[in-house]
Amino acid sequence: MKSRRLEVLLSGIQAEVPLAIAVIPFGMIYGALALNAGMPAPVAQAMSSIVFAGSAQFITTQLVREQVPGLVIIMTIAVVNLRHALYSASLAPYLEKVSAAWKVLLAYLLTDEAYAVTITHYRQSDQSTSLRHWFLLGAGLTLWASWQASTALGLFLGAVVPEAWSLDFTLALTFIALLIPMLKDRPGLTAALAAGITAILVYSLPLKLGILLAALVGILTGTGLAILQEKPQ
Amino acid sequence: MNLWLVLIISGLTTFATRLSFILLYGKIKFPHWLEHSLRYVPPAVLSAILFPELLLHSGQLDLSLGNVRLIAGLLAILVAWRTRNVLLTIAVGMVALWIFSAIL
Repeated sequence: MKSRRLEVLLSGIQAEVPLAIAVIPFGMIYGALALNAGMPAPVAQAMSSIVFAGSAQFITTQLVREQVPGLVIIMTIAVVNLRHALYSASLAPYLEKVSAAWKVLLAYLLTDEAYAVTITHYRQSDQSTSLRHWFLLGAGLTLWASWQASTALGLFLGAVVPEAWSLDFTLALTFIALLIPMLKDRPGLTAALAAGITAILVYSLPLKLGILLAALVGILTGTGLAILQEKPQ
Repeated sequence: MNLWLVLIISGLTTFATRLSFILLYGKIKFPHWLEHSLRYVPPAVLSAILFPELLLHSGQLDLSLGNVRLIAGLLAILVAWRTRNVLLTIAVGMVALWIFSAIL
């Protein structure tokens, strides 16, 4: 039994390694951007372990730089991280049997990257295994370690990366890489376009509230269209 | 507000979001529209952040060829669409940005 656990844990680690390597530049860029925005290094490092959500952390550096009030930062992070509810819902049936302590631990480790490899693994392995939570643990811990280390490296090297390299553009490029494969159906595409166009129109709203408003418009548009499409003609 | 307080509250909301369905599965029946709307959170949030990054230049809409981020971004969109490869998308986009910045 013990070696089976280890085997599942290791396969989770192995599946996550490519993504854990891919996030190293982002962790470093986040660390550098955080310093640049005026976040103290201990706060920036703590954010990587307390919030542990790359895109929300990137946006936070922008908000801190523009001295947006804390309450708005909290609301923006909450909306940006709302997508994790989707991951939670998608993994829930596979994790129904594990103890509450396991659920708490695995929820803490449930990032975009850990979710991506885990759901693929769960959908492919049809054998009902009582040990599959070890897979998510392995994937989650691997990404966690990489994120903490790369944040620290970014904080350390932050001052020496020249601004002319425009490394902040990797955020937009990452979002492109994540977004494009999601646009498979009409409601998804509509949600993205509605949110994007709204974001441009309301960009000058104070406190970067435009992101929140645009996301909500996109979600409502996509949902509305999906419900309309479902209705029999 | 103190940044530490912001971090802790944001950590808790993020954690609660991640735990939500895992903990409540089988105990609560969620309404149909909620399931639907969750599916559109990622594209909406990503686009809300991405569009201004590509289309605005110092807060102004810039659709000209001189907007190197837009040109590099469009190239990256093409790569993402054809290959679905995250690292390749980022690599092509960054190299394109550097080249266009140098020549335009």
